[in-house]
Amino acid sequence: MGAAVTTLAYLVASVCFILALRGLSHPETSRAGVVYGMVGMGLAVLATLARPGMGGYAWILLAVVIGGTIGTIIARRIQMTALPQLVAAFHSLVGMAAVFVAAAALYSPQSFGIGTVGAIRTASLIEMSLGLVIGAITFSGSVIAFAKLQGIMSGAPITFPQQHMLNLVLAIVILVLTVIFVATESHALFWLLAILAFAIGFLIIIPIGGADMPVVISMLNSYSGWAAAGIGFTVGNLMLIIAGALVGAAGAILSYIMCKGMNRSIINVLLGGFGGETAGAAATAGGERSVRAGAAEDAAFIMKNASKVIVVPGYGMAVAQAQHTLREMADLLKKEGVEVKYAIHPVAGRMPGHMNVLLAEASVPYDEVFELEEINNDFATADVAYVIGANDVTNPAAKTDPASPIYGMPILEVDKAKTVLFVKRSMGSGYAGVDNELFFRPNTMMLFGDAKKMTEEIVQALSH
Amino acid sequence: MSDIAQRAGEIAREAAALAERAQALALEAAAAAQPVAEVAEPFLFLLTIFLLACFVGYYVVWNVTPALHSPLMGVTNAISSVIVVGGLLAVGLAEDTIAQVFGFLAVLLASVNIFGGFLVTHRMLSMFRKKGS
Repeated sequence: MGAAVTTLAYLVASVCFILALRGLSHPETSRAGVVYGMVGMGLAVLATLARPGMGGYAWILLAVVIGGTIGTIIARRIQMTALPQLVAAFHSLVGMAAVFVAAAALYSPQSFGIGTVGAIRTASLIEMSLGLVIGAITFSGSVIAFAKLQGIMSGAPITFPQQHMLNLVLAIVILVLTVIFVATESHALFWLLAILAFAIGFLIIIPIGGADMPVVISMLNSYSGWAAAGIGFTVGNLMLIIAGALVGAAGAILSYIMCKGMNRSIINVLLGGFGGETAGAAATAGGERSVRAGAAEDAAFIMKNASKVIVVPGYGMAVAQAQHTLREMADLLKKEGVEVKYAIHPVAGRMPGHMNVLLAEASVPYDEVFELEEINNDFATADVAYVIGANDVTNPAAKTDPASPIYGMPILEVDKAKTVLFVKRSMGSGYAGVDNELFFRPNTMMLFGDAKKMTEEIVQALSH
Repeated sequence: MSDIAQRAGEIAREAAALAERAQALALEAAAAAQPVAEVAEPFLFLLTIFLLACFVGYYVVWNVTPALHSPLMGVTNAISSVIVVGGLLAVGLAEDTIAQVFGFLAVLLASVNIFGGFLVTHRMLSMFRKKGS
């Protein structure tokens, strides 16, 4: 196949990737979008395999079969609650693949037309080190994110004195070594750079707390894109550059949205420490104030007689696997003529859009699920807000108390509803370690218990 | 009269010499610029494509509905595995065994991601249903 045909195929593949993202603008078109993505990928691989002089097909087939089988099995078996750690693990693979491709380009530059061993073009060496460093950071950072999400590692931020100083020094060393590497093309320096980049990726992610994971995952998504683009520059492949740029932009936008959802700057998140250190100082406002606790029967009675109920699910609902029972409850209420809607905060899950997937899995129709801006005005006309597994995202202190660590964070204004039913295991505070003023409001009824059990009891009370 | 003619002749000669020098300088400059142009031009071309793609990505992704942000991550994950192309070229074209081994590993890892990423995205999206369907 001629070079022009290959380039053309790559161009078509790039367009397919853009269409894949375009499809996600609506659930109806999204499935077609994924098909575009698959076609683009297939085209890219076939066009590469058909290039003149290509060989090693047996090895390639072996690698694809092994990798494809592993990927297929994982994708089929994974539970939707575990989606965030799966995505983190996948990001790490992209990062490592980038490191391997950079290494292959170093050891066999003629395969990519960037010079010969010992005489690789300077520009290609610069691009190679860029791809290598970003790839390595993506890999080790994603491994840590995976370990934190999977619970292998504590979600608490790990901080030590002079942490940022160490990171800064490491970054400068990497920069200097890159310059020397570009000048000398030393293989030993290449690997030293890889090790240092692994170290800095590790160090960047360990101080970030569990509550900030949505930002971290989005950020690593972005990195994996930049790594692909860096490799694209190294080997002079337009499609890789385009795909990398698309992914990089997507991750960056998601990071921005997640940060806005928590009212924090990306710098603030990266410097870390959130979610652990504030826990001690939080209990001040609590005191001896009393709360109104209720039973499942009370909740069922209130909701049955309501005309509009808004359900506010949080990560706690996902942990308790309560989404299916929750949908049953909604079905029973709808039978009673109650209007049921779901309100989702941008950072409700452990990754962007996580809660929407969990509700969809429980067969909740997507047109009953609303984003924060779409539904916030509805709370004033709602009879009941049923808060299940969410806490900080409903805390009115975010609007009223400038001293609160979550001040300025956009919240779901559940306090405007006539009655707030708050399902909670105990009186403990949320991830941010802040007391929720809502618990002590006269129109709030606390339903103490496990999210799933409590909802099951309400379902029982509703059905007779 | 002859004085002026002589002066004119001198000036003409000087001008010719100057022109010659200018030409030599221009040649030298061109020679010096050539390697720079060779390196910079493809890079600038790639950079142009990269920046334009960033803008396309920016506008396309802002149009993605927040409800589908998880599938967005899944699909971008799979798309970034197009890095597999680099691995394929290393396995298929390299003469150096070490490079081929690295290529093999890259293809393997990227394949996990391609199959896993697209499949899990497909699984997520097939769960999104409208009311009454």
